[in-house]
Amino acid sequence: MERVEIIQLAYLGASVLFIMGLKGLTRPKTAVRGNQLGALGMLVAIAATLADQGVLDYKVIAGGIALGTVIGFLLATRVQMTKMPELVAMFNGLGGGASALVAAAEFYRQSGNPELAVEFTTATVASVLIGGVTLTGSLVAFGKLNGSLRDFRLPKHHIYNILVGLVVLGLAIWFCTAPETTWTFWTIAGVSLFFGIMLTVPIGGGDMPVVIALLNSMSGLAAAATGFVVGNTVLIIAGSLVGASGLILTAIMCKAMDRKLFDVLFGEFAPSGGGPDADEIYAGKIKSTSGDELAMVMESCRSVMFIPGYGMAVAQAQHAVRDLSNLLESRGVDVTFGIHPVAGRMPGHMNVLLAEADIDYDKLLDLDQSNAAIQQTDVAIVIGANDVVNPMAREPVGPISGMPIIDVDKATTVVVVKRSLSPGYAKIPNPLFAADNTLMFFGDAKKAMTEVTAAIKDL
Amino acid sequence: MITLLTIFMLAVFVGFEIITKVPPTLHTPLMSGSNAISGIAVVGAILVSGAADPNTATWIGFGAIVFATINVVGGFLVTHRMLDMFKKKD
Repeated sequence: MERVEIIQLAYLGASVLFIMGLKGLTRPKTAVRGNQLGALGMLVAIAATLADQGVLDYKVIAGGIALGTVIGFLLATRVQMTKMPELVAMFNGLGGGASALVAAAEFYRQSGNPELAVEFTTATVASVLIGGVTLTGSLVAFGKLNGSLRDFRLPKHHIYNILVGLVVLGLAIWFCTAPETTWTFWTIAGVSLFFGIMLTVPIGGGDMPVVIALLNSMSGLAAAATGFVVGNTVLIIAGSLVGASGLILTAIMCKAMDRKLFDVLFGEFAPSGGGPDADEIYAGKIKSTSGDELAMVMESCRSVMFIPGYGMAVAQAQHAVRDLSNLLESRGVDVTFGIHPVAGRMPGHMNVLLAEADIDYDKLLDLDQSNAAIQQTDVAIVIGANDVVNPMAREPVGPISGMPIIDVDKATTVVVVKRSLSPGYAKIPNPLFAADNTLMFFGDAKKAMTEVTAAIKDL
Repeated sequence: MITLLTIFMLAVFVGFEIITKVPPTLHTPLMSGSNAISGIAVVGAILVSGAADPNTATWIGFGAIVFATINVVGGFLVTHRMLDMFKKKD
């Protein structure tokens, strides 16, 4: 058997490992094994590539792999779980960036060649475009998640986006028909980077889970496009698997918000006006509470459901929540956690934080389970969540009309732990805060939970 | 080219088929794990940076190798760390 064939066989093996690995990652029991199979597949693919006849010198390769390994290892082992959305955003960006760079390098190698096939140029443009958008889009997402970038929207921002999109498309068609115009290629690369920024700067907060899932998908598609550029099957297979899995997650996130992907990317969110204004809803109806009062409320209750949101992540309150939950359980209270799919800033964000705090995932209820259990719940404690529990979603019209929510207002008593009455991402007031059975606990989530825990112990 | 397109289409369908009904607990690990797999670009990066005499393409490739390796190593490791937390209470 020739060397080329052995390498191709190794790629086939790696592809099978990736498929088994991804499948494993979809079941709790097989997830660890799935991740390991994926890593093994990667090892096989890299080893096979190093044996390729086109690879003549190993110094640059070894240096790059060593540097990347050290940085990747440090990032993965040092990161706090609350910073996971930032890390995932950054990895998405690096994956997309790597694919774009490979396509650029390959184009550079070939750019002396006057007769580039249209297949090659199309794939190269696709790779640079998708990879470039993924890179800068992820960097912007990263900046927003760690709080260094604010949402920014030009007047008629979506019109500019469509224009930039058309410019890229026009350049791409031009380049594919006239590949000798090298400058068009590098212009496309530049505009793609700019496009990634334009697409993501106006999107923030509650739409982040959709954006992160979509960027995840795009990092895969960029790799697949690069596979066409260098004519490599394992890149195409692995890339399209990731592209598909990311798209499925994106669809799950969009469904959980009752939003269309197009609206997230190009639409205007929450047309202001129309609805009742905040003062009207809140005036005279807000009941503020304290740790001592809550301790008394919870002394006699039999079931408590926590509904965490982004505020829990910001306050790093998951351990304080765990302490309160353990204390309640030791007193015979039935404790559950109602998790909305888009609570937090990335798919599964709340689950990761609660797992870090050692909370058994059997206690975590999804949207349907939460709503089935909420009517029998004595106390629902909303921690830093807002739009996902806003009863306005049940109204026939309004900015969040139709979005599936956790109906916490159907619990006997609702406690909302929040720093202020400020609106959530949808920028609308929340009638839940003014409901007859709602108590507002103003303050930092971690401090609030600690106070309640201490007060219950003092009873 | 047709062969590559065929492979691409089939792989997309396989992807949609194997990822059905992911429990919410695994949304983040699935994302970070699959993201590590998208670091497969490292294979392309190696192919473009192995020239006998380093040129500009080699150095672009070097950047790609660093990016992709961070993605691969960091992605698989952090996924493992997360899944470890999920396991603890079994």
